[in-house]
Amino acid sequence: ELQTREKSGDEGGGVAAPPPMFAGLSDVSISEDIPVEGEITVPVGSHSPDEDYSTLDEPVKDTIMRDLKAVGKKFVHVMYPKKSSALLRDWDLWGPLVLCVSLALMLQGGSADSKDDGGPQFAEVFVIIWFGAVVITLNSKLLGGTISFFQSLCVLGYCVLPLTVAMLVCRLVLLAGSGTVIFIVRLVVVMAMFAWSTLASTAFLADSQPPNRKALVVYPIFLFYFVISWMILTFPPQ
Amino acid sequence: MATVDDLKFQEFDDAANLLAGKPDATTISIDEASENAKNQYGLLQDSGREEDDELLGTDSDKTELLAGQKKSAPFWTFEYYQTFFDVDTYQVLDRIKGSVFPIPGRNFVRLYIRSNPDLYGPFWICATLVFAIAISGNLSNFFIHLGKSSYQYVPEFRKVSIAATAIYAYAWLVPLALWGFLMWRNSKVMNIVSYSFLEIVCVYGYSLFIYIPTAILWIIPQKIVRWILLMFALCLSGSVLVMTFWPAVRDDNRRIALATVVTVVFLHALLAIGCLAYFFDAPDLDVLTPTVAAQNGTITTKTQ
Repeated sequence: ELQTREKSGDEGGGVAAPPPMFAGLSDVSISEDIPVEGEITVPVGSHSPDEDYSTLDEPVKDTIMRDLKAVGKKFVHVMYPKKSSALLRDWDLWGPLVLCVSLALMLQGGSADSKDDGGPQFAEVFVIIWFGAVVITLNSKLLGGTISFFQSLCVLGYCVLPLTVAMLVCRLVLLAGSGTVIFIVRLVVVMAMFAWSTLASTAFLADSQPPNRKALVVYPIFLFYFVISWMILTFPPQ
Repeated sequence: MATVDDLKFQEFDDAANLLAGKPDATTISIDEASENAKNQYGLLQDSGREEDDELLGTDSDKTELLAGQKKSAPFWTFEYYQTFFDVDTYQVLDRIKGSVFPIPGRNFVRLYIRSNPDLYGPFWICATLVFAIAISGNLSNFFIHLGKSSYQYVPEFRKVSIAATAIYAYAWLVPLALWGFLMWRNSKVMNIVSYSFLEIVCVYGYSLFIYIPTAILWIIPQKIVRWILLMFALCLSGSVLVMTFWPAVRDDNRRIALATVVTVVFLHALLAIGCLAYFFDAPDLDVLTPTVAAQNGTITTKTQ
């Protein structure tokens, strides 16, 4: 219950004025030296001490680990694409950002003598991945897809993971030299990862499209991952 | 099934009474019946007209009306832009087929677009063409310079942005100029056929499709082969453009009509030749120089 202590004003002697309306209320005053305290409780069934333990008070490590675990779970879902809704329902863009930055960083260092003829710069890779994903999402929404904007961005970004793995493998393989055999190995790895990326993203995105337009939605995804694979494959050996 | 009585005009209370008498009878309102009759009449007219006026397209005002009815959403809503993507897979494939195999006497716009211009085809065909040209150019340069010891492979990624600028500028600015020109001539000379801006963009976009396999085949490092491929592609897509735009200008002054059509084909050829010259290195020069040097060497030894 709400308790307030009110101090009724002391009316010293003097003029007897007619008692005003709500006489008691006008006398309520909060003085500085008398604290106002109390508690408002809503009775619930079982009152456990953890219920009003908000995430604002938890240690930073817990927050980070929870988000990292969510991202890691989505990575696993991409590598083994089953019909799971984790990617779609709880979308986040941390994973795509990490993948995009690491892929762009690994594609650096492909510069030739003149800057004009080299490989893609960091900004170019970044723009291609994000702008490409946005355009594909807009395309699928304009064709009548029912998926939301950020869900689609999330799926397309996470499905870059196999290609990032391919880039890592290519760079490691290139440390061993550069010859025709090395090139064949890189070609096979990149083609396999390209197929994996395309199939994974199609598995997640195809269901939300109208049935007679599926090919129209899948083709831009195919083109997107093809361009990224081409950038990975043509990374010039030092 | 509606009986004849149901189709006759009836007072409102009679219908209510009839319904009260037979609660589960099917009812058809008079509005539906008259609409069905109108649709039948329109269809008969439509098929008759189409046989006669394929090229002329005298149903242009009807199609303009239909186009106006479709895009009724205000332009700041998402639904407005969805009307430009209202195509199915088979429709896109049909339009691509129509741009590659021009049927003489048939108009691409009337036959395939039919007042449903889409932006899917032009946008993604241009995107594919940009990457096809950049990648094929890179590959062909790689194969041409493969034997030389001084050659260091470079991905030449800058060329992608140059190709994108050139192709998207062609696919959007030339239709804009052509549309403006046709509108201007329309105000001076009463033309039977008039195209909307999106239909022109559509025709141009789909006519670029033939260049995609052409660009891939340009990897072959033979000059003669490349020029034959270019001529072949130019003939096919150029004829689609000519057959589309000739009906729109032929009622005009003869010289202006010819000049328009020639300009359309010329710009189309310019794009192809420019791409061939910029993105694909000339193959014969590198093949000829060792033999020429050898011949010069033998000649100088002979004279000595």
